[in-house]
Amino acid sequence: MNETIIGHSEASEPPRRGTTGRIHHVETFGTVDGPGVRYVLFLQGCPLRCLYCHNPDAMDPRGGEEWTSSHAVQEVLRYANFIQGVTFSGGEPLLQPEFVHEVTQRLKARGLHVAIDTAGAPNLTRCKPAIDAADMLLLDIKAACPDLAKKLTGHTNARSIATLDYCEEIGKRVWLRHVLVPGYTLVSRQLEMLARLLQPYKCIELIELAPFHQLGVEKWAAAGMTYHFKHMPPADPAQVTQAVDYLEDMGFKVQ
Amino acid sequence: MKYTQWNHFIAGQWQDIVNVRDFIARNFTPWHGDESFLAPASTKTLHVFDKVKDLFAQERAAGGVLSIDAHTISEVDAHDAGYIDKDMEVIVGLQTDAPLRRAILPRGGIRMVHASLKEYDTEMPADVDRIFKYCKTHNDGVFDAYTPEMLAARRSGVITGLPDAYGRGRIIGDYRRVPLYGVDALIEQKKAAKNNCKASVVDEDLIRAREEISEQIRALESLKRMAAKYGHDISRPAQTLQEAIQWLYYAYLAAVKDQNGAAMSLGRVSVFLDIYAERDLANNVITEEQAQELFDQFIIKLRMVRFLRTKDYDALFSGDPTWVTECLGGMHCDGRPLVTKSTFRFLHSLTNLGPAPEPNMTVLWANALPEAFKKYCARLSAETSSIQYENDDLMREKFGDDYGIACCVSPMRLGKQMQFFGARANLGKALLYAINGGRDEVSGDQVGPLMAPITSDVLNFEEVWALYDQICEWLSTLYVNTLNVIHYMHDKYCYEKLQLALHDEEVVRTMACGMAGMSVVADSFSAMKHAKVHVIRNEQGLAVDFKIEGDYPAFGNHDPRADEIAKELVRNFMAKLRRQKTYRKAVPTQSILTITSNVVYGKKTGATPDGRAAGEPFAPGANPMSGRDTKGPVASMASVAGLPFEDSQDGISYTFSIIPAALGKSAEQRTQNLVQLLDGYFGEGGHHVNVNVLDREQLIDAMEKPELYPQLTIRVSGYAVNFIKLTREQQLDVINRTFHAFV
Repeated sequence: MNETIIGHSEASEPPRRGTTGRIHHVETFGTVDGPGVRYVLFLQGCPLRCLYCHNPDAMDPRGGEEWTSSHAVQEVLRYANFIQGVTFSGGEPLLQPEFVHEVTQRLKARGLHVAIDTAGAPNLTRCKPAIDAADMLLLDIKAACPDLAKKLTGHTNARSIATLDYCEEIGKRVWLRHVLVPGYTLVSRQLEMLARLLQPYKCIELIELAPFHQLGVEKWAAAGMTYHFKHMPPADPAQVTQAVDYLEDMGFKVQ
Repeated sequence: MKYTQWNHFIAGQWQDIVNVRDFIARNFTPWHGDESFLAPASTKTLHVFDKVKDLFAQERAAGGVLSIDAHTISEVDAHDAGYIDKDMEVIVGLQTDAPLRRAILPRGGIRMVHASLKEYDTEMPADVDRIFKYCKTHNDGVFDAYTPEMLAARRSGVITGLPDAYGRGRIIGDYRRVPLYGVDALIEQKKAAKNNCKASVVDEDLIRAREEISEQIRALESLKRMAAKYGHDISRPAQTLQEAIQWLYYAYLAAVKDQNGAAMSLGRVSVFLDIYAERDLANNVITEEQAQELFDQFIIKLRMVRFLRTKDYDALFSGDPTWVTECLGGMHCDGRPLVTKSTFRFLHSLTNLGPAPEPNMTVLWANALPEAFKKYCARLSAETSSIQYENDDLMREKFGDDYGIACCVSPMRLGKQMQFFGARANLGKALLYAINGGRDEVSGDQVGPLMAPITSDVLNFEEVWALYDQICEWLSTLYVNTLNVIHYMHDKYCYEKLQLALHDEEVVRTMACGMAGMSVVADSFSAMKHAKVHVIRNEQGLAVDFKIEGDYPAFGNHDPRADEIAKELVRNFMAKLRRQKTYRKAVPTQSILTITSNVVYGKKTGATPDGRAAGEPFAPGANPMSGRDTKGPVASMASVAGLPFEDSQDGISYTFSIIPAALGKSAEQRTQNLVQLLDGYFGEGGHHVNVNVLDREQLIDAMEKPELYPQLTIRVSGYAVNFIKLTREQQLDVINRTFHAFV
């Protein structure tokens, strides 16, 4: 891998318009956001208002630190020896699709694998170039039922599903993510609906289930925001196992 | 030379002169496969190990020392044969006549024997006491020659951990020579060397050389006598794998009977032994189960090496370490991996016998190592936290493909190179001397050179940098002079005759200096440069605390603003060490390694300008300070990997701890990710890393209920320890250290 990276030189690439992006923080050793060890760029800003959000301080699109795409590329390349790929996460990275697109293209030119961890909430047309350029999406479908999605995130799941449709259309590799919230999504009716919704998509390679946890609770307070899930218990492990078993029975690969 | 024991081996230069490397190069069989061929522990092994585990429990219950033979002054052949369970042991030999009974080795220092016996309520036998009224020891010699300045520096702790009261260790005999050639051939070689050791002018060097070779010959004779007590004639080469391991172990055992060196490392034996294993397996002399049994039982013996030491010593190097370091893997210069089935067998003892701190399993990592081996090591690391890794691609360039690691991180060519162990200088304290005009911040004594102290309210980077440079000038000279005294006396009163008998006559010596507090000093200078550091002084005008206004980039975040300072500190100190005149023309080197002494160093050092409170531990080795590396483990590793090995060739130690969930979701992913991380770190030029994959909660639980965790092993700067054997202070230090836990 190293040699491919060294083999390309920055100078040989066509000059580009330097877009900028707002960065919430970075993780240099991401092992849970896509395959292998990854550099994870958490982008600032998100249109959704998920009740259980564990990065509420990343919601405001005006926050974070402004990076040029060149700076982002250079930062990532300093870790090229350590990583298999790069993941854009957030916030909602596709709220800054031009930045994601440009950085993705330049990282791809260096032989790095790129994933976008998105809820598919922004306008699809604007996001298409970034999605086209990336190797895969970690697509978070918050709920199969549009009403439940609205209740949990403030928006229906229409745009998320449009993004999934687009991935299916262009054959983009997708790891589908889904948070199991007790009483909301961690109920059998919702899981059945989810299975029915996802069944037809060949682009979905696996489903990653994330049991709800309270790790974000302090960030809500720190951001001076009201956290409605303060008393929500963490997902019951037995129920989580049941959900995994169910989806596996329905023919999905689950992790 | 020609021996029937060499049948089936490919002939070469190794048959004409002592050349173990040539023997290995011609005869070893690389193994590219995985671990599926390995056999479980045999009934005999389990039987012996059950007894040993029981003895370990008794030893812990007795307060750390099971029993002491205070009457026999340890020599290679001083004690009678000892056994654990004679019929079940396929490899035999103990340091004394009973398992875990500790011997006295007074030649390093009778004072330490006195102190240790007193601490363990054992009477000093009158005859031993009387002998040392007439015999001088290393420790006595050193204190005869120390200057007042050396004593003051030692007392204040600006130089600490010096091997002036016990054996210096860090010498690796080429123990493989004994099974390959037999002792008689080695004696003949030494006799010939002595004959050649002549000149028209018989000067000091020649006199010393002739005396040393004579000592070596006597040591080899006593080695034969020691083996004879167990019924073995090791004058001839070993015939089988069992004999090869046994002969080799005798040679190592003789070394630990002769010396209580701080680190008594094994070298690089598993590839060598594999040649015997392959031959026996091919000739149906043994089965895979028996081969594993021999390795497991050899390793049980290595786990039982013990020295009698004081509690003071334990505070510095905690957990009763012996550093029986064995190097596994690495590449041959011709491109073949030095990975054999026996490399796997050696590591497999961690599964068959459970995790353990000793032998100190050291994997020499190279980019081109077989993938299956990399994965196997990573899996074992994630399961046992008992392995350390060192960069073979980096070291092979300078040390060839037949080097070993002494202690934790010190590379040396086997049988051709040794070091004068020099512990370390406390750079955190040196920085405070620069600020306080050479006065010690704790005692107020003028330990360093008299200089004008800094009197300004805010520390000025350039001013402190220049003064610190002057202090380091003084310190490096004093430090090397002190080491010169120590090693002159050690050669004179406590010469390692047996280990040096297993070396060539021409030996390269290094003067292995070291630094502690590197990240404290780097962060302090970064704070002065990028924030405002106010000085708080006491009535005597000594800077005793600092207040930092603003943020500063800390070492460990892959931020050049801090990392460049760290590199500069390493290069500058090394440049000063290189200019010193050394005993026996030793080549100066340095390490960035603290072992567990970072706690003691911190305790003796006042508050530092980086915001570290007085008495607070330093970071271990080259680690960033706890909690200041906030960008995740890869950024932290990249900072450490950037430190120049060129200027720290005695090793750069880094300890990496991560919770399992942060390493990956499944066991398979954790293995894969760890391989990637190691490839990345070493690809960036990192030298050494300890890998711990542990939950913080597990450690806290072990602190409360040690009896439930007899084998819980963790890696600390350069070695592994039983967690429950650490002092409470050190346990807390480990728990408070950065655990990479982002999920």
